[in-house]
Amino acid sequence: MSEVTISRRTVLAGSALLLASTALPTIGWAQTPKKGGRLVVAADSEPRNLNPAIVASNGVFFISSKIVEPLAEASFDGKDGLGPRLATSWEGAADGLSVTFKLREGVKWHDGKPFTSADVAFSALQIWKPLQNLGRTVFKDLEAVDTPDELTAVFKFARPTPFQLIRNALPVLTSVVPKHVYETGKIEENPANNAPIGTGPFKFAEHKPGEYYRLEKNGDYWGKDQPYLDEIIYQVLPDRTSAASALEAEEIQLAAFSAVPLADLDRISKVPGLKVITKGYEALTYQLVVEINHRRKELADLKVRQAIAHAIDRDFVVKTVFLGYAATATGPVPKNDPQFYTADVPTYAFDVAKANALLDEAGYSRGDDGKRFSLKLLPAPYFNETKQFGDYLRQALAAIGIDAQLVNNDSAAHIKAVYTDHAFDLAVGPPVFRGDPAISTTILVQSGIPDGVPFSNQGGYKNDELDALIAKASETLDPAARTELYREFQKKVAADLPLINVAEWSFISVVRDTVANVANNPRWAVSNWADTWLEA
Amino acid sequence: MTRALLLLRRRLVGSVFVLLIVVIGTFLLLEAAPGDAVDAYIASTGGDAGMIELLRHRWGLDQSALTRLATYLWALLHLDLGQSVTFSRPIRDVILERLPNTLLLMGSATALSFGLGSALGIYAGARPGGFRDRLLSIGSLALYAVPGFWLGLVLIIVFAVDLRWFPIGGIESIASAKTGLDRAADIARHLVLPVSALGFIYLALYLRMMRAGMAEVWRQDFVLAARAKGLSRRRIVLGHVARNALLPLVTMLGLQSAQMLGGSVVIESVFSVPGLGRLAQEAVAARDTPLLLGIILVSAVLVIVINLLVDIAYAFLDPRVGASEAGA
Repeated sequence: MSEVTISRRTVLAGSALLLASTALPTIGWAQTPKKGGRLVVAADSEPRNLNPAIVASNGVFFISSKIVEPLAEASFDGKDGLGPRLATSWEGAADGLSVTFKLREGVKWHDGKPFTSADVAFSALQIWKPLQNLGRTVFKDLEAVDTPDELTAVFKFARPTPFQLIRNALPVLTSVVPKHVYETGKIEENPANNAPIGTGPFKFAEHKPGEYYRLEKNGDYWGKDQPYLDEIIYQVLPDRTSAASALEAEEIQLAAFSAVPLADLDRISKVPGLKVITKGYEALTYQLVVEINHRRKELADLKVRQAIAHAIDRDFVVKTVFLGYAATATGPVPKNDPQFYTADVPTYAFDVAKANALLDEAGYSRGDDGKRFSLKLLPAPYFNETKQFGDYLRQALAAIGIDAQLVNNDSAAHIKAVYTDHAFDLAVGPPVFRGDPAISTTILVQSGIPDGVPFSNQGGYKNDELDALIAKASETLDPAARTELYREFQKKVAADLPLINVAEWSFISVVRDTVANVANNPRWAVSNWADTWLEA
Repeated sequence: MTRALLLLRRRLVGSVFVLLIVVIGTFLLLEAAPGDAVDAYIASTGGDAGMIELLRHRWGLDQSALTRLATYLWALLHLDLGQSVTFSRPIRDVILERLPNTLLLMGSATALSFGLGSALGIYAGARPGGFRDRLLSIGSLALYAVPGFWLGLVLIIVFAVDLRWFPIGGIESIASAKTGLDRAADIARHLVLPVSALGFIYLALYLRMMRAGMAEVWRQDFVLAARAKGLSRRRIVLGHVARNALLPLVTMLGLQSAQMLGGSVVIESVFSVPGLGRLAQEAVAARDTPLLLGIILVSAVLVIVINLLVDIAYAFLDPRVGASEAGA
């Protein structure tokens, strides 16, 4: 359709059509983006630190990715799934000891100063490595960043570091902030953490706490003719029902990150002018996981864990809890990951009889009341779906004679109970897969992690073979060999069940059909929106 | 005037103790809740052991609860509410930013429920047991039984989504650069729905109280006397019956102010109003102890002041009140 030759007549016909029905959605042929306009977006929380170089989380990126840019962004069609941003090329040395970045020319910070390799070196050494939630792991061996010229940055590692890992980490971990703003005073207390200065298509304008964030167009942006929008407003809507109402009342044009609850999607998709979009979150996959406390004697028994895995009807969970907006999981890497996923792992079909037989074999026979033993089950409170799955799991366990007692906490209490106090037998958690198992996935099963580290193995699980495999993969430089090791890792996890992967899901956007260029990369909601524009 | 002053002095001394108890009680309650500010923070970010230790140290959470309480009270003595860990800003500023919104919401809702409630109460109480009385009593009871958030949601769906008469939430139009009267009108338009949701629920209370009070007064001898004098029914209702039934309502006004603060937590969330109630909820979720203490303190002061005003008003309305203090 985009190849249609536009003659005078079709243009006239087109405009007549437009005049006839202003409510008509996107016309088929490629449109030239319109400039200007204010995009109003729903925000459900106000991050206390907006610096994505320090806090690499989706809540922060949702707002600050428009202001502060990474070296590279995820892309549907780019090489290795990446598209250039502040770096135009990246190359790893064969010995795994250095990575060379060529940087974009003519980029300016929002305060007018030029962007150079010194900013990249500063961000990497002073922020990503020592202060960033994820960078502290991935960049732990980063020793120095050489800056032979203003547009070249060479990362030097103390130990061989797989280039594949660094590459996969680029979109999430490498937000570059200006050296001249951060070099004086304590980085954590810098006022720019709440009013970020970056190189992105939008400048931070203001934050009215409890009301909104306002970003305005960066007139000096390096992207040709970009950005198209004049303003982006993040309207703070704390109540879960208000995003849907605000969309219907045309007060906002976009609600990302499933701000509209799944149960409302069916209704809202029938509202004229609103679209429900599931694309644009491919690289933001959440995993529904049953975390297991292996200190419990019963749960230390593989047969019991297998029985629990067999007791869960994954299709039912996807259909009922996620209303179909999810996929069943087979192991610790999600199915939609293009590099590492393997389906060749032990699987656990829904089979209550088999589960019961396994428990009998393990020696936990039913008592007079039909119960084998009791467990404490703590569903994470962060998502409706994790809580609902907790309710489901309780019933599924009851069917195999395990009496699960639900303990519902708020976020702070849940984090403390599970990851510091280990006061759980089973927990329901939503870990995030971040494009490479070494970023935040292997930590879920690896041993030797200090108490209190959230979203890590706090279940007392220890498997020397698995630990050795993880260690080997972390220093294997050849991408093919490294990928093969992570396939082996998936098999071992699925076989020994340090945790049980149930489903994988991502988010839904609801958007007015006047917003163009939505969901055009796999991390769209947390990308720069430089090419987003408004039709009306 | 001296009566009012005496009352004021006695109340102020008592208030200091009340506030101290409130602060220590809240502190202990929050201390007993599992998880601290760092746990709440890393729930959304993740982080390794070193980072967690660093944060605990930076936010002073590695000190004992007693030390923190002592530090807090000492600072409070110097009228310093401390620093919020959630906002990395002085708590005084954070609260002062939100307080006007809550006061506006509460004040308008109180005026609505008190004004309309007592007016309808007089209307109903003019003829206790009559048709109008029955209708209003049942109607107000139904309204009173409705949960605040539900009423709020219904108002949003009908008046903001379907009819689009009012905005769905917020306190004013976003970044509209309106000033003066334009801005006041804009804020008023934004307040219509939340004030109605909050006010209508408490309206029933005043209505029923007024009505019940009047039914009582109708049986009094002086009403009979007024009738015998041949006063018009209108004058008896307004000048004698309603006036005497009004006093308990004023007491209620003071008591309700605390209730109203509680109710505004829900209404502020439903209507995205950036007020104290919502802030308190966020402070609890983030385990931001000093912020929550600050909010509770300000709310407690607010309730004490309102009750004081009510008492003073009472002293003027009813000469018998405060007579004993004046005599002592």
